[in-house]
Amino acid sequence: MAMSRLGQRPTEVIKRSVTLHFRWNGRSFSGFEGDTVASALAASGQQVFSRSLKYHRPRGILTADYWDPNLMVQVGDDPNVRAGHRLLEEGMDVRAQNVWPSLRFDLKAANSLVGRFLSAGFYYKTFMRPRWLWPSYERVLSAFGPGGRVDIDSPDRYHDKRYTHPDVVVAGAGPAGIEAALAASKAGARVLLVEHEHSVGGHLRYSTRAAEQVALGKLRGTLEASDVEVLTDSTVTGRYEDNWLGIVQRNHPIAVERLIKARAKMLVVAPGLIERPYVFEGNDRPGVITSAAARRLINLWGVKPGERAVVFSANDEGDAAADLRDAGVDVAAVIDGRKGHRINSTRGSRRAVEGVVADGVRIDADLLVVAAGWTAPTSLLNMAGDRPAYDRYAARFFPSNPPDSVLATGGLSGDGTLDELRTHGAATGRLAAARALSVAHRIQARTARARAVGGPEPDWAADDRLPLRRDFHPELFRSDTHGMIDFSEDVGSKDLLAAAREGYDSVELAKRYTTATMGSSQGKLETVNTVAVLAEARGENIGEVGTTVWRPPYAPVSLGALAGRVFEPVRVSPIQPWHEANGVRTILAGQWVRPDHYGDPAAEVRNARSNVGIIDVTPLGKLDLRGPDIPKLLNLLYTNKWSNLAVGKVRYGMMCGEDGVVLDDGVTGRLGEDHYMMTTTSSGAGVVWEWVENWLQTERPDWRVHVTPVTSAYASINVAGPKSRRLVGRVVRDVDLSPEGFAYMEVRSATVAGVAGCFMWRIGFTGDLSYELHVPAGHGMHVWEALIEAGADLGVGPFGMEGQRIMRLEKGHFIVGQDTDGLTMAPSTGLSRLIRLDKENFVGRPELGWSGSRRLPMIVAIQPDHPQTVPDEGCQIVRGDTNEILGRITSSRMSPTLRRSICLGQVEPELAIGGSRVTVLLASGDRIGATVMGHHAHFDPAGERLRG
Amino acid sequence: MLLVPCPNCGPRNSADLRYGGESHARPDPATASPHEWRAYLYLRHNPAGWLRETWYCRSGCRRWFALERNTATNEFRDPPLPGDKRGGAA
Ligand SMILES: [Zn+2]
Repeated sequence: MAMSRLGQRPTEVIKRSVTLHFRWNGRSFSGFEGDTVASALAASGQQVFSRSLKYHRPRGILTADYWDPNLMVQVGDDPNVRAGHRLLEEGMDVRAQNVWPSLRFDLKAANSLVGRFLSAGFYYKTFMRPRWLWPSYERVLSAFGPGGRVDIDSPDRYHDKRYTHPDVVVAGAGPAGIEAALAASKAGARVLLVEHEHSVGGHLRYSTRAAEQVALGKLRGTLEASDVEVLTDSTVTGRYEDNWLGIVQRNHPIAVERLIKARAKMLVVAPGLIERPYVFEGNDRPGVITSAAARRLINLWGVKPGERAVVFSANDEGDAAADLRDAGVDVAAVIDGRKGHRINSTRGSRRAVEGVVADGVRIDADLLVVAAGWTAPTSLLNMAGDRPAYDRYAARFFPSNPPDSVLATGGLSGDGTLDELRTHGAATGRLAAARALSVAHRIQARTARARAVGGPEPDWAADDRLPLRRDFHPELFRSDTHGMIDFSEDVGSKDLLAAAREGYDSVELAKRYTTATMGSSQGKLETVNTVAVLAEARGENIGEVGTTVWRPPYAPVSLGALAGRVFEPVRVSPIQPWHEANGVRTILAGQWVRPDHYGDPAAEVRNARSNVGIIDVTPLGKLDLRGPDIPKLLNLLYTNKWSNLAVGKVRYGMMCGEDGVVLDDGVTGRLGEDHYMMTTTSSGAGVVWEWVENWLQTERPDWRVHVTPVTSAYASINVAGPKSRRLVGRVVRDVDLSPEGFAYMEVRSATVAGVAGCFMWRIGFTGDLSYELHVPAGHGMHVWEALIEAGADLGVGPFGMEGQRIMRLEKGHFIVGQDTDGLTMAPSTGLSRLIRLDKENFVGRPELGWSGSRRLPMIVAIQPDHPQTVPDEGCQIVRGDTNEILGRITSSRMSPTLRRSICLGQVEPELAIGGSRVTVLLASGDRIGATVMGHHAHFDPAGERLRG
Repeated sequence: MLLVPCPNCGPRNSADLRYGGESHARPDPATASPHEWRAYLYLRHNPAGWLRETWYCRSGCRRWFALERNTATNEFRDPPLPGDKRGGAA
């Protein structure tokens, strides 16, 4: 017999005046505002909500809340929605998951006939060998998976993030949690109260006792009038070092979800207790529900859970008989677990309970309400380092020794009357507020600006709370029959015993082998039963077996919430609007969005080689150095000599780490007597700055050098090509640009297009005559447009990163991080003239001094025999027809200038001789011949264009 | 996330800093043997307990400084206070 809607209940949360229409597997249904998807469906008589993962058994309501493993559904394009928690909305399109071809007629249910093949560890046994069948395994597994459908075409929805620094966070707004929040707030603390459910009150919400309803009303009123910030439908999902908390808020007005990162001075953990399923034959048949589910259904949503019920209860709270009778359910029997009575099994069809066997006697019933005991959701305490201990007397775990900054209250910490729980909560709140004050004082005392605050730190408040008592509860986990333990993973007690027999009898091993506790409820319903069955197998008690480690998250977190809003800055050059107006294709390089090309990079290269091109190189790292000891610093950090760099000159240098591996490279120019400009690679700007600061601050604090990063203070434009001198001459008037007046590797201060305070240097990354202009960033766009305008008759055109990469490859200039890697020592670059071991001391020198005896791979230029074949970057260089690796291609392009493929690569030193023949293994598996060049430059090896 | 007590900025999220690793003296590069030098480069004590380590306050005051941290409890011992000159690494 199905569930149905009752008449109005005093405690109900539904608004019967507002009817909401929705679809379930294509059929029309309706419910009321305030219904969950599951309560609306249950009230409409739906019994089966899903099929189990492996055996495809029909599953109905079990706990009727967020944790209910049987109520995972698809809503629109949103998979894995918890129908026991998600509120009904008008027009929802709800579908069952993990059913094919339909919920009513499920082909895969045939699996339950072959259940013996789906035993413990079946993933490992069935889908491991032979390995060549893996693609088939993947298809099978994904078809079986419970995950719903992800629609990759659905529009992005906004996920927000928030950072907050409350004094006290209270996780859980039951009576104890509310009292804790109120007491802490009253004591002056800034309090954030986080409740998993849609409204505060905990178990009081579905209690019919008049005193509890009155208490709930008063608590809500006081809370509303207080300064406590209350977040409902939100979960504290993780507790990390120093009370760094992750909180997912699901009911944000403008965001789908909001991830709140809170740094709390104190954390109060008050999640209450979670009712645990009982293990017996047929315990997963639709019609078997927990006592809390029965009360929620009746009292919150006015849903009659059945017609004729058997109640199994092992505690007073769980005795739902009164609620059931009040709802007009015929209570056929109350089986008292405290008196040794047992449920043996349910009987009925696959889709519904028709009878209950208790103490060997069959009772006709369509509903079995079970109250076998409580699980303490200690996750947040475990995450804080606590190892909760099992108490056999109370048949549950209790906190042992959480850190001073984490306090537990409510049912998690003990039993009591409502008043006792509230008193404990209030005392916890006061203690949390007092300790938060001490923590705040410590933080302030360590903050320079707050030294004036002064005053002694308040004494660390001692925990003088009156502890809650522990009531006796029988240890009831499994009856004398076997049943389901993990409803979402479809793991039964038989599977766990089998795993134990196979040797997987430690709880961590059994968990991974059977996947018990690894499903959607994160072990909240399954862990203790899992441990209990393993304890049974080992002949030990639960305390000896121990639990699995509860790790974050407390509840599953969507990827959207984690990815959410991104605070990482995106950096663009001041010239970016011009690029965008001129058809740029951008590329993301670190934090920078850069022009990759403007449609045809090869044409950009040809134009720069024959006329003049300009490229925006603003992200180039720039460090302004001032002080008398700069030459010492440069001598220390670069491998070559810097003592004799004259004012107006520029030099190229390589930096190594202490291990002799190339760290970065770039040019540094001397602008004045005690003023240098160091440039770094774009990606290395931050690293080199920290590197320079480290040496100056820790090893050479006596040196007088001041470093200022000015990367984005200047817009940088490289003007390259045979007509670059003519173009620059049109915008720069105060500098002698003749080859003698401004030679290669020199730097000049200049006024560019009327902009004072610029500097420019002649360098040659592209291999062509080129001038690099560095202009105050605010004028970058002006200078760029001035160049475009002034060079119209010269054929000036922009080129992007791709063009520059082609040109530098034609010239054979390596890129640190592209052509070098984490093992490339400086001599491998072939620039041995820049490694001056005769220099007294520089970073990397010891290893470079010893490297002479090592066989280092060398960077070389390589040209494939076939000029149209461009091997992919990363292709290996091998010996002949073997797979012996002799090197690899590190850069490769088709050269528009040479009309052939060109490469840089790393090869064994024996091959680093001009004319060596090598074999390149292409990604396709084909092998091609190629020749090592005698020098790095494919183009203009004599450097005549560069120096012209 | 760990709160790291920067002597200038006060406690900051560890993501605001760069971890410089275990402090260890740099041998004289002019006289060190390969063995000594590589011990400096690659070998760490990695104790479960008190460790002297360096941090760089990259999003704040941009100073490198040394701290003593218990790697088993993440407690900082006697961290430098504002204006404290015991800043230097190593
Ligand atoms: Zn700082």
